Amino acid sequence: MTAFGASPERTARDLFAQAAGEAFDDAALEPDAVEELFYGNFMGEFAEVQGHQGPLMAEAAGVSGPSTRIESACASSGVAVRHGVNQVRSGQADVVLVGGAERMKNISTAEGTKALSAAADALWEIKAGVTFPGAYSLMANSYFDEFGGTREDLAHIAVKNHSNAVENDLAQFQMAIDIDDVLEAPTVSSPFGLYDCSPMSDGASAAVLVSEEFAEANGLDTSVAITGVGQGSDSLALQDRVSIPETPAAVEAGETAYEDAGITPEDVDVAEVHDCFTIAEVLALESLGFYEPGEAITAAREGETTIDGELPVNLSGGLKAKGHPVGATGGAQISEMTKLLRGDHVNSDAVSDATVGLTHNAGGTVASCVVHVLEVVE
Amino acid sequence: MSDTRNEGFDDFLDAVEDGDPYYLEGPAGDGSLPPRRIDPATGSRELTEKPLPETGEIVTHTQTHVASPGFADDAPFVVAVAEFGPVKITGQMREIDAEDVEIGQTVDIGIDRSETMEERLVVFRPSE
Repeated sequence: MTAFGASPERTARDLFAQAAGEAFDDAALEPDAVEELFYGNFMGEFAEVQGHQGPLMAEAAGVSGPSTRIESACASSGVAVRHGVNQVRSGQADVVLVGGAERMKNISTAEGTKALSAAADALWEIKAGVTFPGAYSLMANSYFDEFGGTREDLAHIAVKNHSNAVENDLAQFQMAIDIDDVLEAPTVSSPFGLYDCSPMSDGASAAVLVSEEFAEANGLDTSVAITGVGQGSDSLALQDRVSIPETPAAVEAGETAYEDAGITPEDVDVAEVHDCFTIAEVLALESLGFYEPGEAITAAREGETTIDGELPVNLSGGLKAKGHPVGATGGAQISEMTKLLRGDHVNSDAVSDATVGLTHNAGGTVASCVVHVLEVVE
Repeated sequence: MSDTRNEGFDDFLDAVEDGDPYYLEGPAGDGSLPPRRIDPATGSRELTEKPLPETGEIVTHTQTHVASPGFADDAPFVVAVAEFGPVKITGQMREIDAEDVEIGQTVDIGIDRSETMEERLVVFRPSE
């Protein structure tokens, strides 16, 4: 993945070319080995007036063969990874390039807010003034009413994820914050202040997926494998869901991925979850079976998900501090988790015995969710 | 979006303005909102218009300070989701201070226009 942050003058094609080039170097493969591209992007039409990005990004990466853009809001590149895995598993391809990119900082915050809200229901939500922070705020206030919890509980999640990013040179915010910083920040949409929200970011991610046979035949170092894949969907609009503070698409994605990998939540050593807003980390941990509904709100506060906790969550800094270039996020989770398990991430020492990692990438208010299980296989 | 009507959705707004709001009932007694051709709960194509309950109950709310450009002059505003029998509807609160909005409050549905774009939107007012 590229460093995430503000590079407003760089095009998405340039960002993705960089990420793809680094992925080729890491895999010790040349672009001509790739048989197919699955590429995630959400708001290219808003930010760059650029659609039809599959062929564009294939060319930027030096790849020929079929190329497809996946758009599933913030889950775009996670879904792209899933398609790549399925393509390899089915025997349709031995080498697939997956990833995504997003250019967001070349437009104003107001225009970016408008672009992001397109992941919600255009009739029933956007026409009522629902923004993305607003939608997750509706979920947070519903959660507080149903299960309890406070803004301070959420603040501990922001503090944790910023702390994890301090030494991560790829992160947008290598900056520690404290509880007061979070609680005293300007309100975006109640109960969220600025530090409850992930930022707008520029960045790209890429990974080369290969079959076991190809890796063996070519002597590739593939010490980490994707062993479980799952995806779920839900009603797009919050108003059409049975329970607003729960995310059944993540439950479905998680259960499918666990079954696929032959593991249970108890086997997971480290997780990267989609903390686009602080409450989103809570909902993810509960949906993935790490906590019962209503129980994950205090996980960060109690130190259970901190870097030295029982289940470290978002050691990369998460979306909150690493940054959230929407279409790149799911692929970046795969990249960061691979490094964490492989031992070459700046925070790998915190999970040196870890053999099973999980990534959770959500679109919209988790109307889309894709979960991957990664395991050390050497 | 363009000024062209959105069939189903704008029909619903018209019905609210006319004092005759409705929802769509599926064969299992479940509710949904237009535009629909297929019942999301059962897959049935048998959808029947039913009168929307006169009052709803707020199930969640938020006060938005950072708005999209289309609501820039409206901010801050309160968005709420209210439950009217078998359907939930999203709208903005009117005739109540933001700090007084609570989950569980009873509201009436109406139509207002946004300040920024002067577009129609669903609003809720505290029931008398």
